Amino acid sequence: MGHAVTHAPATADRAAASEPRHGPARSPRPAALKRRRRRDNLAGYLFMSPWIAGFLLLTAGPMIASLYYAFTDYNLFDAPKWIGLDNFAEMFGDPRWRHSVQVTLWYVVVGTPIKLLAALGVALLLAQKRRGQAFYRAAFYAPSLIGASVSVAIVWKAIFSDDAVVDRTQKLFGVHAGGWTGDPDLIIYSLVALTVWQFGAPMVIFLAGLKQVPRELYEAADVDGAGKLRQFWNITLPMISPVLFFNVLLETIHSFQIFSSAYIVGGGAGGNACGPADGSMVYTCYLYVQGFENSRMGLASAMAWMLLVAVALVTAVLFWSQKRWVHYEEGGR
Amino acid sequence: MSARATDVTPVTPARTTARRRRLPGSLAWHLGSLAVLAVILYPVVWVIGGSFKRGEDIVGSLDLFPSDPITGNYTRLTEGIADIPISTFFVNSLLLAVGSVAGILLSCSLTAYAFAKIRFAGRNLLFTLMIGTLLLPYHVLLIPQYVLFRNLDMINTYTPLLLGKYLATEAFFVFLMVQFMRNLPRELDEAARLDGCGHLRIYWSIVLPLCRPALITSAIFTFINSWNDFMGPLIYLNDPEKYTVSLGLKMFVDQEGLADYGGMIAMSLVALLPVLAFFLAFQRYLIDGMATSGLKG
Repeated sequence: MGHAVTHAPATADRAAASEPRHGPARSPRPAALKRRRRRDNLAGYLFMSPWIAGFLLLTAGPMIASLYYAFTDYNLFDAPKWIGLDNFAEMFGDPRWRHSVQVTLWYVVVGTPIKLLAALGVALLLAQKRRGQAFYRAAFYAPSLIGASVSVAIVWKAIFSDDAVVDRTQKLFGVHAGGWTGDPDLIIYSLVALTVWQFGAPMVIFLAGLKQVPRELYEAADVDGAGKLRQFWNITLPMISPVLFFNVLLETIHSFQIFSSAYIVGGGAGGNACGPADGSMVYTCYLYVQGFENSRMGLASAMAWMLLVAVALVTAVLFWSQKRWVHYEEGGR
Repeated sequence: MSARATDVTPVTPARTTARRRRLPGSLAWHLGSLAVLAVILYPVVWVIGGSFKRGEDIVGSLDLFPSDPITGNYTRLTEGIADIPISTFFVNSLLLAVGSVAGILLSCSLTAYAFAKIRFAGRNLLFTLMIGTLLLPYHVLLIPQYVLFRNLDMINTYTPLLLGKYLATEAFFVFLMVQFMRNLPRELDEAARLDGCGHLRIYWSIVLPLCRPALITSAIFTFINSWNDFMGPLIYLNDPEKYTVSLGLKMFVDQEGLADYGGMIAMSLVALLPVLAFFLAFQRYLIDGMATSGLKG
C-alpha cells in the first residue's frame, strides 16, 4: 500500500499554510510558528495516545514476549524455561505439524485463486449496467458478512455431510464419494467451497476498479477492431491490476489464518477439533490445540512466529512481483 | 431497451440485427446472475427450510421446505441451552458488540484525526507502523496477549475482548477514517484554526460530523465482526453464563448437536438474524466502505 507517499505534498505545503495571511499585523513570525509547531506536536501525540498505548501494550510488547516464549518451555503455570531452538526442532520433526502446513498450503493454493476468479468473473458480469445490478451486488456480498459465523459453519457441515445435498448431487453424476465432511481427504474442499462462497467481498472491490476504467479505451479498441478477449487482456486486466494486487494480497493473507470455520466444520462430538484423521487441521487449529489444549505456550509461540514468517515472505514476494504486472496510473495512487 | 426509438423510426435491417443481438445478451446476463444467486442463496434458504423440519428430515431430505412444517425447533429454544436461557447469550453478545462499536468509533477517529489533520514530528513513521499492523497475522499476538490478560487476572471477563477496541488496534478502521478525513476540504479546518479553534474543537465540531459515512461503515463492520467473533470468546470466556451467541451455539453443537438437530439449525438461524438485519438496513454503507478500502489501498 504505497500511499505513505501521499504524505509528501502534505509536508510541502506546510510552510505555505502556516504563513501569516493577513499582513504583518500578526505576532513575530518565528516565535508564533514555533509555538504552533510545539502545540501541534503535543496535540498529535495526545490524539494518538490511545493508539500508542494499544500499539505498545497489545502489539509490540506481546510480539517481543512471543518471540521470547518461542525459545522457552512454557506451560503457563511455571516460569518460562529457556530451551534454545528445541521448539523449532520439535516442530519440524512433528509429522502432525508438517501435515497442518500441507493442509493450509493446499487450502490457500486451491481456495484463493478459485475465489478470486469467481469474484472477477462475476464482477465482469455485473459491471454491465443492467436492471437489478445493485440487487445482485448486494445479494452476492451478503455471504462475506455471515461466512465467518459459527452458524454458517454448522450449516456447511450439514450440507456437506453424508447423504445431504452435495452427496446426493454427486451421486447423480455417478460419484459415490460420500459426504465431504466425514472424509479426511475431502473435508478441506468443503472449506474451500466455504471461502469461495464468500467471493462477494473481493467482487465488490473488483467492481469498483472496473468502474474506473475509462470508456474511451474500449471505444478506441472497438474502432481498431480488437475483440472482447483482446480488450479484456490488453485493457481491463492492466487497468484493474492494482485492485487485483490488493485482492490477491488480502485474500492470501486471510486464507493463511483460517480458524473458526475449520474448527467448527472439523469439530466432532468427541472433541476432535481437526476433522477426521486431521483432515481439516489447518495451521491455526494445530496452534490452538498445542497452546490452549496442551498448554504448550512456548511451542505454540514458535508456531505463530513461523506463520508470521510465512505470511511476511508471501507478502514480500507479492510486493516484489508487483513491478512486473501491476500498472499504476501516473499521478494516481 | 430503447423500444420507443425502434417503434417510431422505420426499421432498417441494421437496427433489427442490433436489437436481436442485444436481447439474448440481456437474457444471458439475467440467467447468469440468477444462477449465481441460486448458489449464493441455497445455504440460506436451506437453513430457513430446515428449521421447520423434523430433525431426521433435515439432512436426508432434498426438499427445501417440509410438506408439514413444525415450529417445535423454535419453541424448544425457549428451554435454553444447558439451562441457560438463549436471551443471556444475546444480551452478552449485544453488550460486547455495542461496547466494541463505541470503542472503535472513539479511539479510531481520534487516531485518524491525528494522522490526517495534525502535522507532528514522527507522523510518517507511526503511520507506517499502523499500516504494518494491518498485515500482521493476529495469531502471533494470541498467546502473549492471553498470558498478559491472565497475569492481570482478566480471564473470564470481557476486558480482553474490549480493551483493544478502545486502543485503536483495529488498523483497518483507522485507515478507512484517515482516507475519509484527508478528502475533506482543507479550508474548513484551516479557517477554524485562524478563528482560534483548538484541535479538540475542530475534531468534535467539524471533522466528526463530516465523517458520518465513514463512522457508520466502521460501526456496522465492528458490530458484525464482534457478533461473529468466535476465537476471542473461545479463548477468554469459560463461564457459560458469560458466553456469547457464537459460543452458546458451539456449546449446543457439542452437547446435543446430534440428538437435537432441529434445535441446532433453528438456533443457527436465530444467531444470524442480527447480522442479516444489519445487512438489509445498511448494505449501501457496507458495500461502499468495502469498495473504497480497495481503491485507495
